[in-house]
Order: sequence, then structure tokens, then C-alpha cells
Amino acid sequence: MIIDAWLLLDLILALLVLALGWASLASPDLKRGVTLFIAFGMLLALIWARLRAPDLALAEAVIGAGLTGALLLSALRDDPGLERPGGPGRDGSGWWLGLLTLALAGVMGWALTHALVWHPNSGQAQAIAAALPESGVSNPVTAVLLNFRAYDTFLELAVLLVAVLGILALGPARPAYRPAGPVLAGLSRWLLPLLVVTAGYLLWVGAHAPGGAFQAGALLAAAAVLLRLAGQADAGLPGPAARRWLLVAGVAAFIAVGLAGLLGSGAFLQYPAGWAGSLILLIESAATLSIAVTLALAFIGGRQSEIPVSPVEKESTPC
Amino acid sequence: MNDVIGLSLVFIGVGFFLAGSIGLLRLPDLLSRLHALTKADNLGLGLLALGLGILAGDWLIGLKLFLIWLLVMGAGAAAAHLIAGQALRREDSR
Repeated sequence: MIIDAWLLLDLILALLVLALGWASLASPDLKRGVTLFIAFGMLLALIWARLRAPDLALAEAVIGAGLTGALLLSALRDDPGLERPGGPGRDGSGWWLGLLTLALAGVMGWALTHALVWHPNSGQAQAIAAALPESGVSNPVTAVLLNFRAYDTFLELAVLLVAVLGILALGPARPAYRPAGPVLAGLSRWLLPLLVVTAGYLLWVGAHAPGGAFQAGALLAAAAVLLRLAGQADAGLPGPAARRWLLVAGVAAFIAVGLAGLLGSGAFLQYPAGWAGSLILLIESAATLSIAVTLALAFIGGRQSEIPVSPVEKESTPC
Repeated sequence: MNDVIGLSLVFIGVGFFLAGSIGLLRLPDLLSRLHALTKADNLGLGLLALGLGILAGDWLIGLKLFLIWLLVMGAGAAAAHLIAGQALRREDSR
């Protein structure tokens, strides 16, 4: 009986996420499309939670729905008259695009069926559980991200760094919002300490429970976005020199620890025995700051030396 | 006994959400729609949190739910204020 009720809920979630995804893509009004996309992200977070992947649920809610939504809304603000570009099919290239998408969906569907039907338990989970005691942390997700597959996470941070360098090179920063009224200013005064404390908690708890650098960094970035929406032009970020150091801190920490491992035990990113926990915390702390500054700078956009400080006559909120 | 009280509170809370959603869809203008929405946010979520806290039977979980309720109320009230202010300003400039 209980199982049936959950199955019903899961079916509703699955149908709803498809409907929202379609509505978001098909909406002729871009602002409505972005709003639906944010709802889509929140629903996806719920689905991850139902699949017992709370790490992913957190990341999806903070980054997928929250910060990506803020980035899309600020992009719409750059050009309020932005129209949805002519859909595929109008210039003849849509036929190929549709075929390509269909092929990609087919390959992914085949891979999923393959994984679910023929290799339901390929032994990965057992291997990770067996090696967990020597990883320095007790949360298997963090153990994979920062120890067993640390190289992937290192490259991920490098990709983020390259992406934000591209954004910074694109032109002048976006104009600041005008100072907010008492309600939004009061709310941000109330929420900011909460966001900072929660980010610190997520970073610390990542060692043995869902959390970690990406979620913590995204929450810090959300605090910066809130400050910026309330009218603070620099979004609470430190000066230009400190910003550059913070941007590269995550990649730098990875390289430093990696090279130390190379010298000490002969392999890049090989943590010395007994030090894994502390080194993972060091890397995660640096990565949290880097991710926060990266996402906040992506929201501000453009060259940082010339953030216009004068309040401009634009809407104080993007909604 | 606790289960009965908890479940009834959850159902009343869900009723508020249902009414709020219907109001959001059916009411004629933005301000009355906001009015419908804030009822679901404040009272509906409050009853839901209270009911779930009683069902959980753990004061720590209850405290967490209460804090979540406070957070959503603060954010919801501020968001409703911002949307309403924006709508009024747009009306003035028209």
C-alpha cells in the first residue's frame, strides 16, 4: 500500500518534469520560459531527493535552479527586447538538428537500459564502500569526488576557471541595480549571515554527510547575488587583486597538493597515508571560495576594473 | 492520538495550498492573486510544518520545521511586497 503511494508520487513527478521541461522550451515568452526553467530545476531537485541522492538534490537546487536561474534572468535584463530566435526548421538546418537530438537520445536511452538491465550492480558501489575507510572521509560521494576521482574534480574546477575568464573578457560589467527599498535591504541583512553560516556548515559536513565545496560555494555566491540585487555594486566581493587570487585558489590548491603527492609518493594527487582527510578539507575550502567568486563574477559579468558605481535607473529586481 | 492530530493538521494545510493554487489560477488581478498565494505560503505551510512535526514526534525535527517555516514566511512576504510594489509602479507610469 505504502509502496503504491510512493509509486504514484514518483509517476506524478516524472510526468510533471517532462511537462515543465517541454513548457519551458516551447514558451514563446522568454521570461516565462526562464521562470518555468527554475521550477523545472526545483522539481528535478525533488526527484534527486526521491532517488536518495541528496548531494545531487542540493547541487541541483542551488546551482541548477537558483544560480542558473539568476544568470538567465540577468541575461534577459541585459536585453529586455530579446526575442526567441526562429525555431529549428525555419532555416533548413532544423531537420539535421532534430535527427541528431534523436540519435543522442537513442544512445543515452540505450546506455541507461544497458546499465539498468544488464549491469544492475557492477560492483562499483561495493568497491567504493570497501575503500572508504582509507579515503579520509566517510561520505562516499566526497570520497569519490575528492579522492578516488580527484583528477576529474580538479579538471572541473579548471573548466570553471576558463569559463569565468571568458565571461570576464566579454566586455564591461553589467550596470549595478539601484539601492533596494527597506524590505529587500532588511531581508538581505537577515538572510546574509544565514547563507554564510549554512555555506560553512555544508563545507564542513561534506566529509561525512551530503554537502561539499560545490553546494557551499554556490550558497556563498547566492549571498553575493542577493547583495548585488539589493544595490551593492561589488556584490560584497573583495578588491580586484584579492578576487584574482580567490578565483584561482581552488585550482592552485589542487595543483599544490597534487605536486606534493608527486614528490612524496610518486603519483599526482596521491595523498600521503593519514593526511587524506586534512588535505581534502584544504582543497574543498579553497574550492568553495573559488566557486563562490566564479559564480558571483559570472552574475556581475564583464571586466571587473570598471564596475559602474552610480545607481542606474533600472528595475531593482529582475522579476 | 498524535497521529490523528498531525494528519488532520497536514490535511488542513494541504487544503490551504489547494485553495491558494485555485486562487492563483482563477482570481482576476495580480494583487488578489498574491493575496491567495500568501495564505498558502504562511498558514498552509505553517499547518503542514506543525502537523509533520507532531507526526515525527521529535522536538528537534519540529524545531527545524519551525525555522524553515519562519524562513519561507520572511522570504515570501518580502517577495510578495516586491512584486506588488513593482505592479503598482508600473500602473502609475501607465
